Parts: sequence; C-alpha cells; structure tokens
Amino acid sequence: MGNYFKLAALGVIALFAAMAANWGRDTAYIVHAIIILGVSGLMFIRVLRQMEQPAMAAPTGYMDDVVRAGVVATTFWGVVGFLVGVIIAFQLAFPQLNFEFLQPFGNFGRLRPLHTSAVIFAFGGNALIMSSFYIVQRTCGARLWGGNLAWFVFWGYNLFIVLAATGYLLGATQSKEYAEPEWYIDIWLTVVWVAFLAVFMGTLFKRQERHIYVANWFLLAFIVTVAMLHVVNNLSIPVSIWGSKSVQVFSGVQDAMVQWWYGHNAVGFFLTAGFLGMMYYFVPKQAGRPIFSYKLSIIHFWALIFLYIWAGPHHLHYTALPDWASTLGMVFSIILWMPSWGGMINGLMTLQGAWDKLRTDPIIRMMVISLAFYGMSTFEGPMMSIRAVNSLSHYTDWTIGHVHSGALGWNGMITFAALYFLTPKLWGRAQMYSMSAINWHFWLATIGIILYAASMWVTGIMEGLMWREVDANGFLVNSFADTVSAKFPMYVVRGLGGVLYLTGGIIMAWNIFMTIRGGVKVTAPVGVPAE
Amino acid sequence: MSSKHEKDIDDVTGTDTTGHSWDGIKELNNPLPRWWLWTFYITIIWGIAYTVAYPAWPLVSSATSGLLGYSTRAEVAEDIARFEEANGEILAQLASADLETLDQNPELMRFASSAGGAVFRNNCSQCHGSGAAGAVGYPNLLDDDWLWGGDFESIAYTVRHGIRNEEDWDARYSQMTAFDEILSNEEIDAVVNHVLAISGQEHDAMLAATGSELFLNNCAACHGDAGMGDRNLGAPNLTDAIWLYGGDAATLETTIRYARFGVMPPWGSRLSEAEINAVTAYVHQLGGGE
Repeated sequence: MGNYFKLAALGVIALFAAMAANWGRDTAYIVHAIIILGVSGLMFIRVLRQMEQPAMAAPTGYMDDVVRAGVVATTFWGVVGFLVGVIIAFQLAFPQLNFEFLQPFGNFGRLRPLHTSAVIFAFGGNALIMSSFYIVQRTCGARLWGGNLAWFVFWGYNLFIVLAATGYLLGATQSKEYAEPEWYIDIWLTVVWVAFLAVFMGTLFKRQERHIYVANWFLLAFIVTVAMLHVVNNLSIPVSIWGSKSVQVFSGVQDAMVQWWYGHNAVGFFLTAGFLGMMYYFVPKQAGRPIFSYKLSIIHFWALIFLYIWAGPHHLHYTALPDWASTLGMVFSIILWMPSWGGMINGLMTLQGAWDKLRTDPIIRMMVISLAFYGMSTFEGPMMSIRAVNSLSHYTDWTIGHVHSGALGWNGMITFAALYFLTPKLWGRAQMYSMSAINWHFWLATIGIILYAASMWVTGIMEGLMWREVDANGFLVNSFADTVSAKFPMYVVRGLGGVLYLTGGIIMAWNIFMTIRGGVKVTAPVGVPAE
Repeated sequence: MSSKHEKDIDDVTGTDTTGHSWDGIKELNNPLPRWWLWTFYITIIWGIAYTVAYPAWPLVSSATSGLLGYSTRAEVAEDIARFEEANGEILAQLASADLETLDQNPELMRFASSAGGAVFRNNCSQCHGSGAAGAVGYPNLLDDDWLWGGDFESIAYTVRHGIRNEEDWDARYSQMTAFDEILSNEEIDAVVNHVLAISGQEHDAMLAATGSELFLNNCAACHGDAGMGDRNLGAPNLTDAIWLYGGDAATLETTIRYARFGVMPPWGSRLSEAEINAVTAYVHQLGGGE
C-alpha cells in the first residue's frame, strides 16, 4: 500500500518537474526541473522494481549505513568546499583569475556563496546529520526511528545541496547571506528538515536510557532552532511558479534584521550548538573520560540557547537599525561570552586524567585545538560586538578572519576528529589506515588556520584604520583603492593558508578511503614517548 | 542528585559522578567553576547597567533613551560639526576664492590641495585612478592634453556640470558620429591610415592619401583640418601620442565605426562650492593646469 502511495507521489512530482522544465523562465529553474525529473523518475523505477519483492523483516540493531554514507559525503563536500575557498581566495588576490571564458559562472560573486554553502551546509550539515544519527542511537540505545526516513533525510539534504550549488552558478540567488537558495529549494529543505526532526525525536522517544544525554539536548536545539530560522528568514513570494525569482516578504531594515537574526543564529545553532553536540559525545569517547561537570553542561546549555537568539543586531551597528536594538544585540553578545566558554571548559576539563594522550593521540590533539579555537572565537565575537570595536572591524577582513578561526579551527577540527573516530568503527577496522597521516593533517590544518587568521587580522585592522584615517583638517587620507592594494600581500598569505588546509583535507580523504578499503598498515603510536 | 544513587567515584579525580552512563559516557558531579560563574554574573550586572545607561529597551512606540542620552547619529553629527566649525572660516574663504590667485595665499593653497585630494580620492579616483593617471576611456589628468580645457574655469565647469550626462542641462555635450553605415569598409580603413599618419605611426601611404580626403569631409568639422582637435567640442587632438581609448589601428577602427560616448556625472549637486574649488585647484596643480 505504501509503495502505491510512493509511486503516485513520485509520478506527480516527475510530471510537475517535466512541466516546469518545459515552461521554466530561467536557466537555473529549468536545470533544477530536469534534475528533479531525473531523480524522481529513477526513484519511480526503483520503487516499481521493489513491488514484486516480499516485504523484508524489519532490520534490528543500529542503523549505521546512513551514517557511513554521511561520513563519505562529509569528506567529499569538505574537500570541494575547501577547494572552492582556495580558488576564491586567490581570485581576490589576483582578479585575473576571474577568467573571461568562465564568465559568468566562474565569477567570484557566484563562487563565493558556493564556497560558504559548501563548507557550512554541505560539509558542516552532513557532519551534523551523520553524527547526530550516530550519537542519538548510541546514547539512547535505540535504532533510528522511522525506517528509511533517515535515508530520505540524507539524500534529500544532499539533493538540496546540489540544487543550491547549481543554482548559485547559474545565477539563482535571493542575495541573503547564508540563505541564498531560492524559494522552491527552501521549501524542499523545510520538508527534509522536518523529516530530520521526526527521525531525531522519534529515536529520543523510544530510548532505552532514562535520561537524555547532553549531546542530544544540543542537537535537538540545533534542529528545532534552524527550522524556525530557516522558515522565517526565507518567507518570500515567487514571481512565478515557473521561475526561480522570488520577492522577500520583509523589506528595508526589517529584512536586514531578520536576515542577521537568521545569520547570527546560523552560527549560534548550526555551527555552535550542533557542533557542541558532537563535541559532547566524541571528546569523552575518544578520551575515555567522564564529562567534567553535569551542572556546567545544564547551565551553559540553557544560557547559550536563551542568549544566542538575541545577539543578531550586532551585525547591524551604525546602520538604519535603531540604537536600542543595536545596544541589546551587543549586551546579549557580551553576556553570551561565559555560556559559550562553558562548552570549552567542559570539553577541555574532560581531558582531566587523559592529558598524556595529547602526546600519543593526534585525534585528541585535534579536539583540543578545536576547543581552543572555539574559545578564542567565542571571546573574539563578543569583543567585536562592542560598538566601538565594531566601528573599526565592521566591513573589514577582520570579520572574515574571525569567522574562519571559528569555522576552520572549531568546526573543521572537531569534524575531522569525529571522522577519524567514526571511520574505523563504522567499517570495522582496528584504527585509521595511517596515524601519521592524521598527524600531518593536524599540522597542515593548524598552520593553515594560523596563516589565515593572522593575515586577516592584520589586513582587517589595517584597512579599518586606513578607512578612518583623516588629516589635520579632517579630510580622508586614503581612497578605497589604496586600501585594496595595501591588502595584496596578506591576501596571498591567506590563500597559502587555505592551500595548507585543503592539503590536509585531501590527506584525510585519502586516509579515510584507504581505511574503508581495508588495507592493513601497522602503525606505531605517533609522537615522542615520555622519557 | 548524588543522594539518589550509590556513590560512583571516578578513580582518576576522586570525584563523584551523576550515576548515569550513556554508551559508556559518565558525568562528573563537579560544581560550576567559581571564576566562570562570577564572570558570568559580572557580565549580567554590567549588561543591566549598560542598558540603563544607553538606549536599549523597546517600549510601545519608542524605546528607552538611556541615562547618558547617547545616540549614534548624534555622535556622527557632532564629529561633522566639530570639523565644520574648525574649518568653517577657511571653507568660506575657499568657496569665494579666486583660484587664479590662490597660490598667493599659501595657507589657503595648502588647505585647498589637502581638501581637494580628499575630494578627489573619494569621488573621482574610481574612474580617474587614485593617482589621476586615468584608464582606458577615462582621461589622464596629469598631462597637459585637455579635452575640454585645463584652466581653472574649464576644470571647475567640467566638475560642476559633468560631461554628456542626463542630469545636468549644462553638462558639456558633443557626440561623435558612428561611421559604420556612412563609410564603406575601405573608406574606414583609409581614414584609420590617415589618423595613423598624422599621429606619426606606421601606416599605408596610399590608403592614408585617400583617407586624408575623407577626413576633411567627415572628421575635420570637429577634429580640425589638421586633426588637432577642438576643445569647444571636446574633440580630441589626434596628432599626439595621447589616446583616450587607444591609437592602434584596431581600436581606431572601432572608434570610427561605432563612435565613443564617455560620460561624467555632474558634481555640482553633491559637492559644496568650497569642495569644487578645492578639487579644481587639486587637479590643476597635478601637472597640466593652464
């Protein structure tokens, strides 16, 4: 019965996609209609072929196939996202790299959202979905709820990424930072996200443990809040049902405020709460130590969740936003400092009694550096939200440096650690194929981040100072182009930092591939043994 | 919590755990770190104090304005007012100054070139370049080759009204004819060679001779019989090595075929009289002022 329903639904979708491909008003829309037509058509055939087969007994045990797929997807999108990042970093240093023959697809303006979405949503999102599926099963002692719904979440989410990415290249964007995909892609993501919430909640409901583990609080907060942010910020009315363009419901400063309420909480709930959920599972598991403080985890969880949601206005200091809103954004950002640090303290102090592993275990080392960067950027963030600091830092590369010390350091490193933790377990290997490759990855990534962040700090503060420099009579000293040319050397350094980080990512991909393939390689513990 | 279960002491630290275990993960029953808690309290207290001092809490149709009466807009207005007050007298002097005799007043001259430089960097450099050396289609302001004139009055007029724009009725205006459908391909080729000849470049003498005749009939009205140009019409001198779009055969052919239509916006509506005088003085002293 269920299969007949599926066939009917897929048939309707395929039919609608065919009509959309025929009547589409713009390239992106037509290409997307063809992609959806292809996907739904193939799914239709697949379901049809399964009709004859007798129903299989419901599988038992943990549902790990979807987690395995998530590990592969995370690794793949990570390398893609880093690569595009390196390309656009060099496009900024050498504008000639916006090659004429690649126009308009290879322009910085179209590749930039491709980079941000690839690293945040493709790499980060797959990492979050994959690890939340793994963690919720392990800490609830229950198989994922909803049968193949988890697979729907995985493939649906990755379809969203493909649609978003191709849309950017073909020029379909609603021009909202980190929310660029157009209306129909937003609707699709909403469907997928609700399914994600259902799988997660369903699994929580049938848990065998009496209490819900802290990692799951963070993951649930992440899923619920992202759903709310996504829906509100993407409220828009399509110009035509046969075209990609849509018009935002909010306008002017209200739109800006909604956008940064979304934008800042994408950082707060996607990149912070979600990844803290990962941290709360993988750090104690890898260290083999209990979480440092249950009380701290409760207090900092609720404080973080309550405070983060108000901090968005600090992105709009000195704009049309009224002063009162900007003050509140700043005040909440500063009060957020300690709740953010609660996660770092709980993570680092969990290593109490396991610090010696820093010498021998490169995965622990990645976790520690990740928490260190988390602590650094959650101190830097509140500081930059102070109006006086913001008047210097706003619109400069300092912001870019801040974001990347968080993204490359905290999100990247904790995800790498999680991938190295999961791969051997999921494929039944004793350990990763090469421990020394992990060590190489660690150092390449760390040096890469330092080059990146340091160069952006220098160039950001320099350009901020150059913009505001006035002579004795109060006249501006520099033209905008002067500040651009002054930044050139730092842009090259930033690009090189990106190359190192990308190289680390490629080494990881190779290492994961070799581990999955099952090559046995005997490895001595890495590092210098104690005297 | 510890009272509800049997003590489960962590061996390494000697701390009690909460007694739960998820997939082998336990939780220690450590208290909140004191420094953490106190810093958190301090930020909250500071936050409350700050929102009392500064505009913060939304009311029904307005918001609290804070005890300090602070406002970002007022802060900027104050900054601007401070500079305007400090510069008020000299700005008034500059607005009514005779630019021809400006160099007799060293103080005013110094101020004008500093102010003019700032005006230039913020308004003109986007097209003419930070160093005023121009770019393809945007004239170099450092040399003494002027399209519309390089004395104070001409420069000030160009700045104030712009060139070929639709906003200002007094904008400098002229339009080159596109000869694509007027002259044949051979004739265009001939004119190109004539222009190459008068600008002292390599050319085909036979074609140039034909082109000379065509030039007199079609181009000389604006560019002059000898191709020396006419400042009243903004028609460039074609005999020197200075080119706005390029002096090679291919570019010349494009120019003759399709013409050019460079536009400059009028700045009279955006800059004050003092600023126009300042930027005029600045451009004049760059090297080519007449």
